[in-house]
Amino acid sequence: MPKLSATLTLISSVILGIGGVWIAYNVDMLPLGASMNAPIYDELYRVLFIIGSILFIGMTALVIYSLIQFRRKPGDTDDGINLEGNITLEIFWTAVPAIVVLFVGLYSYDIYDRMGGMQPLMHDHSAQMDNQAERLWGGIGSGPIETASSNNSSSLPIELTAMQFAFIFHYPKEDIITGELHVPLGKEVNLKMESKDVIHAFWVPQFRLKQDVIPGQPTILNFTPTKTGNFPIVCAELCGPYHGGMRSNVIVEEQEDFDTWLRENSKETV
Amino acid sequence: MTISLEPRNSPPERLQPTGWLKYLSFSLDHKVIGLQYLVCGFLFYLIGGSLAGAIRVELTSPLSDFMPREVYNQVLTLHGTIMIFLWIVPVVNGAFGNYLIPFYVGARDMAFPRLNAVAFWLIPPSGLMLITSYFINGAAQSGWTAYPPLSITTPAAGQIIWILSVLLLGGSSIFGGINFIATILKLRRPGLKLMQLPMYCWAMLGTSILVVLSTPVLAGTLILLSFDIVANTGFFNPSLGGNVIVYQHLFWFYSHPAVYIMVLPAFGLVSEILPIHSRKPLFGYTTMVFSIMGIVVLGLVVWAHHMFTSGTPPWMRLFFTIATAFIAVPTGIKFFNWVATLWGGKIALNGAMLFSCGFIINFVLGGITGVALAQVPFDVHVHDTYFVVAHFHYIVYGGSVFVIFSSIYHWFPKFTGKMLNENIGRLHFILTFIGFNLCFAPQHWLGLNGMPRRVAEYDPQFQLINQISSLGALLMALSTLPFLWNIFQSLLYGEEAGDNPWNALTPEWLTSSPPPVENWEGEAPLVLEPYGYGRRDSIETQEQKK
Repeated sequence: MPKLSATLTLISSVILGIGGVWIAYNVDMLPLGASMNAPIYDELYRVLFIIGSILFIGMTALVIYSLIQFRRKPGDTDDGINLEGNITLEIFWTAVPAIVVLFVGLYSYDIYDRMGGMQPLMHDHSAQMDNQAERLWGGIGSGPIETASSNNSSSLPIELTAMQFAFIFHYPKEDIITGELHVPLGKEVNLKMESKDVIHAFWVPQFRLKQDVIPGQPTILNFTPTKTGNFPIVCAELCGPYHGGMRSNVIVEEQEDFDTWLRENSKETV
Repeated sequence: MTISLEPRNSPPERLQPTGWLKYLSFSLDHKVIGLQYLVCGFLFYLIGGSLAGAIRVELTSPLSDFMPREVYNQVLTLHGTIMIFLWIVPVVNGAFGNYLIPFYVGARDMAFPRLNAVAFWLIPPSGLMLITSYFINGAAQSGWTAYPPLSITTPAAGQIIWILSVLLLGGSSIFGGINFIATILKLRRPGLKLMQLPMYCWAMLGTSILVVLSTPVLAGTLILLSFDIVANTGFFNPSLGGNVIVYQHLFWFYSHPAVYIMVLPAFGLVSEILPIHSRKPLFGYTTMVFSIMGIVVLGLVVWAHHMFTSGTPPWMRLFFTIATAFIAVPTGIKFFNWVATLWGGKIALNGAMLFSCGFIINFVLGGITGVALAQVPFDVHVHDTYFVVAHFHYIVYGGSVFVIFSSIYHWFPKFTGKMLNENIGRLHFILTFIGFNLCFAPQHWLGLNGMPRRVAEYDPQFQLINQISSLGALLMALSTLPFLWNIFQSLLYGEEAGDNPWNALTPEWLTSSPPPVENWEGEAPLVLEPYGYGRRDSIETQEQKK
């Protein structure tokens, strides 16, 4: 009898494990990924989804099974078994979650590092060596380390000013001011953000990136777009009555198209 | 050894109102105060729920067309504030804590009965003040988080009234916390050791420690914020040299523990309900106690995970990721122990049991998304989106509110001496469970795909899922009707419950229903094994002791 139940437990765990993996690979809940750290993000998401599905389905199945299997028969007034605990089981279900959580923590540290979260935030050190530099916070997503370190001067600096209820982008080299963000495909963008009034947040779901835009304290966000297209920029921090309408677009285009756009717009300003 | 606790603090019996009038009086009886908390909290729940309904109506269409945008922000601010400070915190702590803790420690009342009544009577006026602020220049509209500079720049009257009422509610909470700590540690019946107390006492001890340590920080922060608003100081106002991030640190230093203030008592209540309705001892008492204390300690050092997208240096992000993820370990222990408590029991499928099991299922999902949200790289995408809305409603509604309903089904016979109708209870559970999951499960998808929280308008592609969510909300609203019917029907015509309808061993069942003033006719029973199910002798000895 114990042998049988052990086999059954083993079989159901295997089914549960396979089921969890199957669900994580077949239920796709993420939007299109269009930046260099989107595939890294999706990898983490998938691992969390596998672990989560196994845990959730397993616990739910245990509860429902118990409710059906051990339901009280009519007229039965007896108690259940007098079982007050089991030290082996307690150690088991302390240790296993601890190991899982530790694994998830280390794994997400690795993901964070690969997204560039541990990289120095500003590549252009000369301009930022004043007091401001140490207050520049934020900045995840300078992309994989190789890209970030290969050629620092290749990143495109853009300044973002947020205000109720608009995003305003400034290209310092060409001195272009625009309400829509144009970026070239495959090039790292270095976005320096500051708010004029209240806290806003810059979020591009397809880039899997978000950073608050804070008054009185510049923040930095680096990203490298990998797909051309038109993606929404969403304000994600309650900023007032028109918060829901505070939207813009990021237009990712080929380098030539971007250069054309730059030329045309700098002509207008000249 | 017999020590009788003389009722020195109570006023003479003849001065206290009797009948239903006592529930509107400054009564010092912990049972009256507990029920005052419960009914008052439920009335605020109905108001907060109506506001939630208004939000879901607004979100059935992508345009902001149901109410003005300013009003929408006021509604979401009031909804959050009412549900947290006037419904869940007062009910899981104040209502059940006041009713049950003196029974569990074998005392005739709380340690400070007068402070207890003051703590309750702070709630109705501050709640009314908060709601009526809508009619004076509009209520606060910066969310329940009241982040500056938004809270400084929105109309001042509503924000100041919001601050005052949260300060009063925080004061009430601190008074309650001090009272629970004193009662549990100092009013225990002689012969009763700490490790023999029912689990809810441990949960309330842990919760009260969190309340006493963290609520004063919120109070100080809100006072500084009010100075920024009325006296033009610059603590958090960047245009005067203030720092908005400091506010967030101080705010979350309270408001993350506030989540544990809402769920730890619920954990305690479930630990009382499951053993009784599955006729088995609570599995792993000692590890349950240590896991509560583990959650208390860890709960104090995880606040910055609400700020991963604020200006936060990388080392801080990593520290708070690891600390937050580790809360899953003591929490997981509790869930495994509850399932082990069910295992091999004789489970009654009644309202109390179903709501508790619904809580386990919902909270496991909320916990999983919580561990995911603790991971910085995951959080930077879904922070401040509907994914987070779904997550915390799984914790506070799927968790705490399910437990409140479970507890009402469980303790109603003790409160009133009448049984509730279990068939209507099952109907209530099924409607609530389906409605809740229909409302909040789809919101995970909304958040992942790009819908931020606290918006009155959204992309047309999200409309269908929002309508499904609103349908779920409608079902949740409808599920209140059978519940209310059940309550009134049972109060008027309910079957008599008798002293101990569940054949339970915890001390509150070893007296009449409803219990007399001062709880027991004679001496308080000494219950050394509150979970001694499955052993005939334990029931008999306790019957003798009674």
